[in-house]
Amino acid sequence: MTRFNPTRLRAMIVKEIWALLRDPKSRMVLILPPLVQLLIFTFATTLDVKNVDIGLIDRSGGAHAQELVQRIQGSPQFRDVIALPSLRAMEEAIDEQRVIAALIIESDFDQTIARGEIARVGLVLDGRRSNAAQILAGYVNGIAMGYGAELRPEMARRSGGSEVTHWYNPSLDFKWFTLPSLVAIIVSVAGLAITSQAVARERELGTFDQLMVSPMRVHEILIGMMVPPMLVGMFNGVLFLVVAKFAFGVPFTGSFLLFLLAMFIYQLALIGMGLLVSSLSMTQQQAFLGSFVVTIPLMLLSGYAAPIDNMPDWLQVVTYADPIRYFLIIVQGLFLKAMPASVVFHQLWPMAIIAVISLVAAAWLFRARME
Amino acid sequence: MSGPATGPNVGIVARADGIVKDFGGEKPALGGVDILVASGKVTGLVGPDGAGKTTLIRILAGLMTPKQGTVDILGAAPAQRLDSIGYMPQRFGLYEDLTVRENLVLYAELRGLSKDAQEPVFKRLLEFTDLARFQRRPAGKLSGGMKQKLGLACALVSTPPLLLLDEPGVGVDPISRRELWAMVAELTREGIGVLWSTAYLDEAELCDSVYLLSEGELLFSGPPADLTGAIADRVISVTGFADRRRLALTRALDRDDVIDGTLQGRAIRLLIGAGHPVPDAAALDLGPETKVAPAPARFEDGFIEKLGGGPDGTSVLAASYREIPPSDAPAIEARALTRRFGEFVAARDVSFTVPRGQTFGLLGPNGAGKSTTFKMLCGLLTPTSGSGSVAGFDLRHSAAQARGALGYMAQKFSLYGDLSVGQNLDFFAGAYDLSGSDAREAIERVTEIFELGTHFRRNAGTLPLGFKQRLALACAVMHQPSVLFLDEPTSGVDPVMRREFWTHINGLVRRGVTVLVTTHFMDEAEYCDQVTLIYRSQQIASGPPDALKARAGELTGAADPTMEDAFIALIEASDADREEAEAA
Repeated sequence: MTRFNPTRLRAMIVKEIWALLRDPKSRMVLILPPLVQLLIFTFATTLDVKNVDIGLIDRSGGAHAQELVQRIQGSPQFRDVIALPSLRAMEEAIDEQRVIAALIIESDFDQTIARGEIARVGLVLDGRRSNAAQILAGYVNGIAMGYGAELRPEMARRSGGSEVTHWYNPSLDFKWFTLPSLVAIIVSVAGLAITSQAVARERELGTFDQLMVSPMRVHEILIGMMVPPMLVGMFNGVLFLVVAKFAFGVPFTGSFLLFLLAMFIYQLALIGMGLLVSSLSMTQQQAFLGSFVVTIPLMLLSGYAAPIDNMPDWLQVVTYADPIRYFLIIVQGLFLKAMPASVVFHQLWPMAIIAVISLVAAAWLFRARME
Repeated sequence: MSGPATGPNVGIVARADGIVKDFGGEKPALGGVDILVASGKVTGLVGPDGAGKTTLIRILAGLMTPKQGTVDILGAAPAQRLDSIGYMPQRFGLYEDLTVRENLVLYAELRGLSKDAQEPVFKRLLEFTDLARFQRRPAGKLSGGMKQKLGLACALVSTPPLLLLDEPGVGVDPISRRELWAMVAELTREGIGVLWSTAYLDEAELCDSVYLLSEGELLFSGPPADLTGAIADRVISVTGFADRRRLALTRALDRDDVIDGTLQGRAIRLLIGAGHPVPDAAALDLGPETKVAPAPARFEDGFIEKLGGGPDGTSVLAASYREIPPSDAPAIEARALTRRFGEFVAARDVSFTVPRGQTFGLLGPNGAGKSTTFKMLCGLLTPTSGSGSVAGFDLRHSAAQARGALGYMAQKFSLYGDLSVGQNLDFFAGAYDLSGSDAREAIERVTEIFELGTHFRRNAGTLPLGFKQRLALACAVMHQPSVLFLDEPTSGVDPVMRREFWTHINGLVRRGVTVLVTTHFMDEAEYCDQVTLIYRSQQIASGPPDALKARAGELTGAADPTMEDAFIALIEASDADREEAEAA
């Protein structure tokens, strides 16, 4: 008997594909829901701040103040500038979330500018919506700086200032950022969910013993169980790429072959983790909960939800074990900045190590939990 | 059909007429069933799995409403009589993490029993069930028999006039089963009307009246003696035949006047069809020494006759099976197999050898260690110490080869329910290294033998029970293994299917196949050439079934003990020995 018996391996793969396609529960999670998720999340996870109202307390009433307010009003991010009579009124407006921020222009604003000195405005932000408020502060800051630079070009040069150009995403379209990330995230959810059911399904059906008394070897069983989620994952990955490029116009500038290779290794790492969960679970319900328990931290630690640099040092170390972290970098790079092979490989090998460790651990657990 | 033995409406606690229930299958689950439960009597609801027993009990308990028909519990609908119904569902309904006592308290509170009233009731029930010693043990840690007793106790916290018991004997060894029956007999003396459902046909003979259900239809109702009485002179026991016993059975079954037959140790037991004269030794033509004696009729014989008789004796499967080459080497060997789980020894020093072409039975109560031994031999468990071999392959060093040489069939239907019959066959052909034309031929062969053709594209999970059984056997023998492992293979199937199954197995054994079977069905034990009885992790008796019965006869003084009597006598003797040893 050879190490890889093609007859047994083929039988196992075919059986696993049928099991996936004929089980109404797993058929449900295969292709349509991930695609729907991709479309919904694309619009739901917008990072732009648009059409917001901002409050204004104008104690100056001068021409420069007027000009600044008009520039804000004219900017596409803002809908209305609501004049507020007092600090008290401003508190209420922010508290009731009628405005997300309020601009306070002091009475000496115009005089200060007229004297040729640097004038300042106050900006009160709603800290409850910190993310949107910060982005908004950036907009207001930009407008104020721009106006100041016009008035006193030499001042702007002296204080340095900066010319901002957004590389790889010149028009700062949020979809260019979210879609490639979503490819990584949604493929991981589907891959883990499908794989985690594999061993648990056999246990629950009572077919596990039947399988173990056949001449089938552990590696043949595990490879058979890996093939269907791999196929589904690769298919979904390519489908998402096509949707992102042709339906949303996100440029794919990198190598398609590199994308496939990275996707393959990414899937291996995820499937290894899914098999670990599955080997530990006695029922499909446990496996489902288990995959949920794994998926959420993997997503949160990947850098998709919050930048890894902002995490405490010890947590940053933990993120090295998260395959999504590496694939996120690859997929964003391949979409937007034609990431070259050498850089891709730099992110590939950690994923390959995770794949090897998790698959070996899954095989070991599979054997150990047999009895 | 004769009515039950009770007078009209006197002492009737439950009555159902013309019950029809449909779950959208091909046949209704119940197709117009009548039943009467009398107070102070045990009414048996008997039939194989899938006959509709549970559905009928749930309708009587008010948990389900029938599509047609009326139910009357003490003169009202079940929903108005919930306080009068004690119900013990099949899967216990116990809380496994709660102790014995906590379970009782819970059920007492659910029944609205006041705190003061609880204590005397618990005392009586714990005494009655002999569970007083285990009050603090979690229910999940009890044996199958003790769980059933606790379930019964929970159903009895208030003394209901009607007690519905759904298969209380399942998963319970013969000793606990006798205790349960003794408890139920005591309850009927208090005037409770008991409905006992069971798939074990020997239990039917213990009931006052019986309703025999098969595929939703009533085949018989009345006292069990009415059914057995009708065939009383047509059951014979044949001994002293020249051939080997399996061949003799095959030849007898192939006769037109024999409608059913089983092996009984060294004897064969035959049921002669109605209208045929009972053949004598000369007519049977099984050799000059043959003796024919009348044998007591059993409920199962009556059931088989109602179902139109058992299959013929010749197995088509065996006819197309390869001949296993003769060999002096044992086909299965266990050498001091021991398995520990932590401190607990699940099997200790189990040793036996099974020569080629024999059937070997592992018997024992649940949890005694027979499954552990079985699993070690088919490679599902690694022995802590000791060794074993199957078909000449050592389990430690060539486990994969050993697995390739054996066929395995488990008690629970363990094929892929979402896959079609054909896909299941494809998979198992591949799993056993059959490819290309070999696989095609094997699949065609078993499809024809087991008549699976019409169901080929159907999901295995939706097959009728009999076809599931056939498919499971088909998958196990497709690669023509020389050794077969059967784990309670015919638990809950109707007797005709069980006959068909054993006809195949007997045919294969005659071809040289070696069979290892675990069972607590005593009539399956009778098919074995040798059995070993495992109790408290150890072998307490081994030998041919007749030798075990003879030893039980010596122990108890009974004239003609059954296999079940032998089982109980040997276990009790072992308990007595151990107590003596502990006392010394």
